[in-house]
Amino acid sequence: MRRVAGRLRRLRWVAVPAALVFLASCASNAPQDTLKPHGTIARKEYHLFLGVFIVATLVFILVEGLLFATVARHRHRPGRPEPVQVHGNTKLEIGWTLLPALLLVGVAFPTIFTIFDVAKEPTKNVLPVEVYGHMWWWEYRYPTLNISTANELHIPVKTSVRLSLRTIEPGLPAAKGEDFAAGVIHSFWIPPLAGKQDVVPGRVNKLTIQADQPGTYKGQCAEYCNLSHANMRLRVISQTQQDFDAWVAQQARPVVKPESGDAAAGYALFTGRATCIGCHTMQGVQGATARVGPNLTHLMGRETFAGAMYDITPENLNRWIHDPSAMKPMRPDEGTGMPNLTKTGPHLTDAEINQLVAFLTTLK
Amino acid sequence: MAVAVTRAPARPFARPKSEHGFWSWISTVDHKRIGILYGVTAFLFFLIGGSEALLIRLQLAGPNGKVLSAEEYNQLFTMHGTTMIFLVVMPTAAAFGNYFVPILIGARDVAFPRLNAFGYWVFLAGGLFLYSSFLLGGAPNGGWFGYAPQTIGKFSPGHGIDFWLIGLVITGIGSLTAAANFIVTTLNLRAPGMTLMRMPVFVWMNLVVSFLLLFAIPVITVALFELYFDRNFGSNFFNANLGGDPVLWQHLFWLFGHPEVYILILPAMGIVSEVLPVFSRKPLFGYSVVVFSGIAIGFMGWGVWAHHMFAVGLGPVANSAFAASTMFIAVPTGVKIFNWLATTWGGDLRLKVAMLFALAFIGEFTIGGLSGVTHSIVPSDYQQTDTYYIVAHFHYVLFGGAILGLFSGVYYWFPAVTGKLLDEKLGKVHFWLMIIGLNLTFGPMHILGLQGQPRRTYQYPKGMGWEVWNGIETLGAFIIALSILAFIFNVMKTLRSGETAPPDPWDARTLEWTIPAPPPEYNFAEIPVVHARDDFWHRKYTEDENGRLVRIPAGGADDGHHGEAAHGDGHGHGIHMPSPSYFPALASLGIMVVGYGAVYLKTNHTWWLMAVGGVVMLAGVFGWGNEPLAEEH
Repeated sequence: MRRVAGRLRRLRWVAVPAALVFLASCASNAPQDTLKPHGTIARKEYHLFLGVFIVATLVFILVEGLLFATVARHRHRPGRPEPVQVHGNTKLEIGWTLLPALLLVGVAFPTIFTIFDVAKEPTKNVLPVEVYGHMWWWEYRYPTLNISTANELHIPVKTSVRLSLRTIEPGLPAAKGEDFAAGVIHSFWIPPLAGKQDVVPGRVNKLTIQADQPGTYKGQCAEYCNLSHANMRLRVISQTQQDFDAWVAQQARPVVKPESGDAAAGYALFTGRATCIGCHTMQGVQGATARVGPNLTHLMGRETFAGAMYDITPENLNRWIHDPSAMKPMRPDEGTGMPNLTKTGPHLTDAEINQLVAFLTTLK
Repeated sequence: MAVAVTRAPARPFARPKSEHGFWSWISTVDHKRIGILYGVTAFLFFLIGGSEALLIRLQLAGPNGKVLSAEEYNQLFTMHGTTMIFLVVMPTAAAFGNYFVPILIGARDVAFPRLNAFGYWVFLAGGLFLYSSFLLGGAPNGGWFGYAPQTIGKFSPGHGIDFWLIGLVITGIGSLTAAANFIVTTLNLRAPGMTLMRMPVFVWMNLVVSFLLLFAIPVITVALFELYFDRNFGSNFFNANLGGDPVLWQHLFWLFGHPEVYILILPAMGIVSEVLPVFSRKPLFGYSVVVFSGIAIGFMGWGVWAHHMFAVGLGPVANSAFAASTMFIAVPTGVKIFNWLATTWGGDLRLKVAMLFALAFIGEFTIGGLSGVTHSIVPSDYQQTDTYYIVAHFHYVLFGGAILGLFSGVYYWFPAVTGKLLDEKLGKVHFWLMIIGLNLTFGPMHILGLQGQPRRTYQYPKGMGWEVWNGIETLGAFIIALSILAFIFNVMKTLRSGETAPPDPWDARTLEWTIPAPPPEYNFAEIPVVHARDDFWHRKYTEDENGRLVRIPAGGADDGHHGEAAHGDGHGHGIHMPSPSYFPALASLGIMVVGYGAVYLKTNHTWWLMAVGGVVMLAGVFGWGNEPLAEEH
């Protein structure tokens, strides 16, 4: 009895931290938690992990238990006779070669089954979306709906959203002598809905995501894409079909040209001297179809900007135009990221920036 | 006329004679001194790489850290990884290999002593070259994996990546020469009776690692040169915009990179396989299985590289194949763990610090091994890859595994190298602080990874639920730093006033304990004749009919003082040892200069610098080839 109690007491060293770790990992509110799936694909991946985690925990307890046991039982004590010189035991060794091998074969089947399962092309109730990884923000284009947006991906609930992940449309700017237009590798990752899929220049990768419930989910770029990799965040906003349709209708509308005041002056700047449309799309403005930066036509319909880093407020927008690289490290001199337009190009004044912000905040 | 003939080689090629002082270290070709050079240099780089880690942890201690800028952080995590892999773990393993492989097989030196010196100097040149980038416009910032195309063109302005590329090519030269040297030494210079299956496991693992290096280094070298040409001369291997393929870089890098993981861990496994039997007073359980599983790992390590690339989009068939091979390689690794446990089972465990590190190696490495198996579960790896879960995994393998194993070796072999015993009490302080620190630092990373914290991010926002564990990790990192201070203090104290080690202080099993400590230059006054595996042990002990250990009475076989007492000073016996040489160091200096020329070739047209370096290198090689074999008497 006492021996059992003693063993239990020793187990405490394993059990207590393990329980604490488990509790801590469940208790906190982590929006990118992979252990709390909110969609079919993420759930399949989670269940597979859970099964293997249990097996791994058992092996862990076995090995660490043996380790503690051998130290407890066989540590040197004075007067103990010299140990028996065992050189090996073929049967035992074959045993602990085969056992893990069999265990792994048991793990391999569900793994390979799930690999093919999550790679399957969905056939029913599918919404295709093209995802473009830029340095350092996300562009989404809905080819069947003819709209585009940035960083925050809106999807209808319980729909298989089939993402085509790429950095650039095939055959575009290389011909124009832009040797690096294809950009770098990113990885699209929205943990509550699905595991990551890399976005590789020159390739089109596919990923299916699906959300069970309406809600806002957080994710971010998961492949190191140099300077501002940490700031390439994203959100997926899952909506009821009705809300989603309303959002689509809104996104399809052209810009409403402000009639008077600062906003009107800002519109003139945006489409003129400030050179904004050199990089940004503004639906309804002649020639404003550039995709170097995000489509700003419905900017205020988003919660965040700058790679889902900052809340959209007039103050933040003002600060941003004054010095974008101060809020998010970029290399505009190398053509990656928004330039400081107070120091280069139009050399905007404070008053002009106020006018621009006044215009931007009308972009519902 | 006759006088002119006997005067033979001209003065520039005379071999240096100094046996003490600075120049004797520059010119040494003694494998033991080179081993010490490797070890001390690697430890200094360990302190640098560790300081980088502390800065990283300070930055990440809380959300929106302001200690470092994005660019500084990216440089530091790149250099931390590059340093720890290429300038710490590999050369520390080389230090033990250099010092002990010849002694363990009963040889007087390695097969190519000057090539051995050259390997060290090239490694040092490569390390200094890499670090000089900090002073010359910024360190590399592309990660230790340097994925194209973020390492090409306008995505990585400056010369940082060029320093990384050329620096790794330079250290790779050292790895290749060391590998060739170890292979020839191990196969050809074994003492009479030292058959392959009598070799200590450490020698075996060193041999496997040497073969891995021999085939892996060319792969990375090709990749590095291709990226160098892409960056500087528009060769376009990896730029998709012009028809190249960025995934090609990943295949090349990981085809090197995964065998590299085994290059890092196998030497530590070898050390642990030496330490456990000695302090258990039992032979290694299943010697041949441990050896063959090491060889199996060496082969299978070539077939798993794409498990670093499951999210790249290789398709379900390729992903399934690499999932299966990754699971498969866990088998020989698991076998080793059980064999080590069985070695200690039923033993008489002396829990000296060396043994504690070896036991902790089993416990911590197992965690890294198990999390490694979860990576092979491809769909769940889609969630885990590029998160802190992976960072946790490989730190349990490389810190909990390689570093603990190497420290076990330091405590075990310190008396053989210096003749002094490291302080056990301070050693235990070092050990426990390190174990607590490493688990506090790397344990929570599993949770953070599963909670979605991606790696290689210089900041994380508030409200992600990551604050607490990140804070604890930073605390853990400083506890590790404290443990290193305890170790440094221990070494200084021991060298100054430490306890003189008795001969064979651990009652050990292998040949390094049959000679005086520190060993004479020639190691063995008389080349030993080996009769068994663990030959030294069998000179001291035999087994009774129940397999229990019985000490052979003194004088019955051997008195344990094989070298010094029995045979005295080798100089009197006219043992010929290789003479020192400056030329290996000179040649590697030339390579370093060529490297600087290559970095600035495109921007500053430094052909002339490459030419100067080339001349220096050729002068070194020419002198090397023409100096007399021995110093003149």
